[in-house]
Amino acid sequence: MSKLVEIRWHGRGGQGAKTASLLLADAAFNTGKYIQGFPEYGPERMGAPITAYNRISDEPVTIHSNIYEPDYVVVVDDTLLECVDVTAGLKESGAIVINTTKDADYLKSVLNGYKGSVYTIDARSISIDALGKYFPNTPMLAAIVKVSGVMSDEDFLNDMIGSFKHKFAKKPEVIEGNMKAIEVSLKEVKKIQ
Amino acid sequence: MGIRERLSGNEAVATAMKQINPDVVAAFPITPSTEIPQYFSTFVNNGAVDTEFVAVESEHSAMSACIGSEAAGARTMTATSANGLSLMWEMIYIASSLRLPIVMSLVNRAVSGPLNIHNDHSDAMGARDSGWIQLFSENNQEAYDNFVMANRIAEHEDVQLPLMVCQDGFITSHSIENIELIEDDKVKAFVGKYEPKHYLLNDKEPIAVGPLDLQAYLFEHKVQQAEAMKNAKKVILEVAEEFEKMTGRKYGFFEEYKLDDAEIAIVCMNSTAGTAKYTVDRLREQGIKAGLLKVRVFRPFPSEEIAEALKNLKAVAVLDKSDSLNAAGGALYEDVISGMYQKGLQVPTVNYVYGIGGRDTKSDDLEKVYNDLAVIAKEGKVTDPYRYLGVRGDK
Repeated sequence: MSKLVEIRWHGRGGQGAKTASLLLADAAFNTGKYIQGFPEYGPERMGAPITAYNRISDEPVTIHSNIYEPDYVVVVDDTLLECVDVTAGLKESGAIVINTTKDADYLKSVLNGYKGSVYTIDARSISIDALGKYFPNTPMLAAIVKVSGVMSDEDFLNDMIGSFKHKFAKKPEVIEGNMKAIEVSLKEVKKIQ
Repeated sequence: MGIRERLSGNEAVATAMKQINPDVVAAFPITPSTEIPQYFSTFVNNGAVDTEFVAVESEHSAMSACIGSEAAGARTMTATSANGLSLMWEMIYIASSLRLPIVMSLVNRAVSGPLNIHNDHSDAMGARDSGWIQLFSENNQEAYDNFVMANRIAEHEDVQLPLMVCQDGFITSHSIENIELIEDDKVKAFVGKYEPKHYLLNDKEPIAVGPLDLQAYLFEHKVQQAEAMKNAKKVILEVAEEFEKMTGRKYGFFEEYKLDDAEIAIVCMNSTAGTAKYTVDRLREQGIKAGLLKVRVFRPFPSEEIAEALKNLKAVAVLDKSDSLNAAGGALYEDVISGMYQKGLQVPTVNYVYGIGGRDTKSDDLEKVYNDLAVIAKEGKVTDPYRYLGVRGDK
């Protein structure tokens, strides 16, 4: 069986976790992969915890259920760490990527003894520096690409410039900022465990 | 060659509608099918199609508008889900009895109550005796392909029946996946021009549509409807054969996955079949002879053909994503075992009602069904055929 990578996103409604999962699906699709990108719809409210998923594979994916044993977890909002079991089912061979500035001791205390790799990134500072606003999904997208290695940095950067040019055809001024956020994020995501 | 794309199930259906460019679309938004008329209205606004888009005030009006326009001689489409279909109820029977080949995208969702927006098949199962052809789709690709084939089946002069293409709400309607689209010109040529024989706006042949039909004729008209549904079987296969020549993708009444040498098998519809394929592969690696029969055509029901395909199995589980609440078993189960009985088959067959109201169905759940089937195959009988899968408090 070919390599199947499964990713689970945790965010809050309005932060763009669903969009980020769809962007990741798009980028992987553009490198020739078979992909799934889907949110788990619950009550749709700004600020409510939401979950989204990705499957990325070299072969067609037929399974149609949520992901219970992900290879990777992305946490877009660290206030979820104390109310959602973000490491549930997460493979120890995998990793969790968290948007946070909290220290390693705190993270250890909320990750239920997870023994796999833990990465952090300060998506807020990166986003505000590059875009002047807080859009955590672009930095988190870059971080999970880097950590999971589902595609090379170069393929990812090339694909993102193309999709931003398309997406922001009427707002070309934001393309540079988004690309900068991605470049910085690829460098700044760091392993703490 | 086809166009490699990635689309959600709703985007896939809206794309097929754009390529077909029907004369009229009348629809009212309801989750999870809302995106279909939403995307389509954008195509209308941008001039990508020259369809007359009728924004109505309810689903009853949507189906009424579809009936009026199809009767007038216009190729007509709509999309809905769950309670939207419920509100169309009176009119869906009118559509089929007037022999109007309206094409609907039904994005399956639980019919309230209590209120639930997630997937099960209670909407489609409620309409199973309404005289509509019902095609089911495992994923975005099949929802698209079924939609491209729909008009050819529905409008065929031996059929002339409305048709609904079903797919699972959210699970496939809102999931982005790979898809191979067909080029616009090929879809256009395949679907062809709509040339109804009889229609209201034909000034050379004045006709009445839908007059009073009492004891003297209604029975005969119902028999004609039933005959048309039987004829649809042949047409569905002919259209599928032509579709395969164009795309290389093969469709029949159902898909058999590793069923040839299987000893135990699941029968199900829509997205669960994809998860079942994954489960079958896993079990095959352990040497377990598991298989799958995925029903694509539920109305007309390929009763004999399904029984024939299942005849060599030692145990079968039929999965219903809707409970008939009849103290006997789900709709698909009862249809499958009726076909077996007619053929004198004694394959032990069990029913699982599952996935109600969007309860997620995991590969592990299906593995449990195959494990149960292994026991049934060994014992050669079923004592409690009407069961639940994935419900809390389950034994």
